[in-house]
Amino acid sequence: MFGLEGGAVPAAFVLTVLSAALCVVYGAVNWNRGGVTEEELARQEIWDGEEKQIEDKL
Amino acid sequence: MSIPLLTTVVLIYLAVIAWLSLRAWRTTHNASDYMVAGRRCHPFVMAMSYGATFISTSAIVGFGGAAAVFGMSLLWLTFLTIFIGVFIAFVFFGRRTRVMGLNLNAHTFPEFLGQRFQSRGLQGAAGLLIFIAMPLYASVVLMGGAKFVAEILAIDYNAALFFLTAIVAVYVVMGGIKAVMYTDAFQGSIMFTGMVTLLVITYYKLGGITIAHQRLSDMKELAIQAFGAKGHTGWTSFPTLGSEYWMVVVTTIILGVGIGVLAQPQLVVRFMTVKSDRELNRAVLIGGIFIMVAVGVAFIIGPLANVFFYYDNPATQGQIALTAAGRNVDQIIPMYISQAMPQWFTAIFMVTLLSAAMSTLSSQFHTMGTSLGRDLYESALGRRGNSMLINKIGVLVAIILSYLLAWGLPVFFEGGTAIIARGTAIFFGICAAAFLPMYFGALYIRRMTLAGAFAGFATGIAVSLFWILFVHLAESKPLLICRALFGVDSLAAGSIWAAVDPLVVALPASLLATVLLNGRGRQVAEPFLQKCFRNVR
Repeated sequence: MFGLEGGAVPAAFVLTVLSAALCVVYGAVNWNRGGVTEEELARQEIWDGEEKQIEDKL
Repeated sequence: MSIPLLTTVVLIYLAVIAWLSLRAWRTTHNASDYMVAGRRCHPFVMAMSYGATFISTSAIVGFGGAAAVFGMSLLWLTFLTIFIGVFIAFVFFGRRTRVMGLNLNAHTFPEFLGQRFQSRGLQGAAGLLIFIAMPLYASVVLMGGAKFVAEILAIDYNAALFFLTAIVAVYVVMGGIKAVMYTDAFQGSIMFTGMVTLLVITYYKLGGITIAHQRLSDMKELAIQAFGAKGHTGWTSFPTLGSEYWMVVVTTIILGVGIGVLAQPQLVVRFMTVKSDRELNRAVLIGGIFIMVAVGVAFIIGPLANVFFYYDNPATQGQIALTAAGRNVDQIIPMYISQAMPQWFTAIFMVTLLSAAMSTLSSQFHTMGTSLGRDLYESALGRRGNSMLINKIGVLVAIILSYLLAWGLPVFFEGGTAIIARGTAIFFGICAAAFLPMYFGALYIRRMTLAGAFAGFATGIAVSLFWILFVHLAESKPLLICRALFGVDSLAAGSIWAAVDPLVVALPASLLATVLLNGRGRQVAEPFLQKCFRNVR
């Protein structure tokens, strides 16, 4: 296949393309899924606040 | 090569790096910005940075040269790197790491592990391992970059080493991970463009995809004649099962790097730099395409260089790539570029290789520095101070250490280039054996104990070191310790075990130790586990 010999190397070619295609399809299908939640934003703000407090103390 | 053209390209490249670094520096205000980019990184920047960090100059030149010898069987590594290194890593490790990292306010990979198992000792030990082992990896990447710059610009190695280190040092110390990731994204884009162009021109010159492959397949007898005794069966087929070449291809290159990628501290920390799973989902798409090109092209071009050198290049007609390059594997790709590609592309490719070296180096310096500053000084030793300043100093110390190693190593290792790929493989192997069982357990096994984590960590390191020093011939022979103690190059000399990569033995041993000792010792309290696993799906 494609001028390659045996089964292992052509399989690697095909699997390489298929795995890249899997990444593309997964990324495209889930492009807008899993956005940041209010809870995560709040948590990040708490950590930022704590860090600022420590820095101010120092 | 045209020096004015090269100078212009390099100056434009450095100007863009300077602009990106300045932008990063202006938006870096606190420790969170410095270590995890404020957890607000763009998915394109994250994905490109992940890929560019993974692929160094040695991955293109060294592994591309290795592919010219071993053949296209190395494409299995491309498959594993995309499937495991991107898909599995981002979807099954990355998402949990991001959420748990936010829940625990972790800024580094050791801090993530230490917080998860409630142990500053574990954080310090993991940081110490990184700080001890990574300078070797960083110094060999630095050596590779400096050697390459010295050759291209025809300057002294030490001068090239100094300027390369100084340029990367300025932007990593000043701009932290933002500077690292912004420049990585730019450098990754250059690498992507350079590699695609290289692939297209190569196939065009050799008569098209199928014809080029067929011409290489027809050279089968030459491959068997040159390397048949070691198991070579041709450049477009797999080595003989169980042969020496099979062991190297499967255990060191395919499994060592393909699985090792899952537990690299400099890569894992990138999962904590984005604000939501949406960014990771988008990064899967970008990362998959980038890795396919950046890793895959070198493994196609390397073997095809044999066709060019043997048939199409008058100066080397009748010689396979290894012979044409004076039996120096690391010279195959640079020689192929200079003799097969148009002159304008040579300048582009030089910047591609420079990008590959600098993107990996910057991440290594940053990871080592934060291990010293955050994990060892601030956490394990319990010292307080301006966290960003402490980590800047840590980065600076790591850079100086790597610089001194890269300056000293060529004195002890003549030629120095073979050690680049070896240093990379050693670091990947040790990290995977020490961290992977504990990292997986941290994400998926709620009841995993600190004893189990430590058991896998210690066993992974111990078995890796034993195998490197006394069994794996590729390392035990040049290191000479086995010969000094036992009078032989390897305790397994003459057997197939001497060719088996340390990871293949150390990772199962580490896994076994983790399973056996897990459950012993103190359990992590349920309220804390709920905090760790909040929103982890």
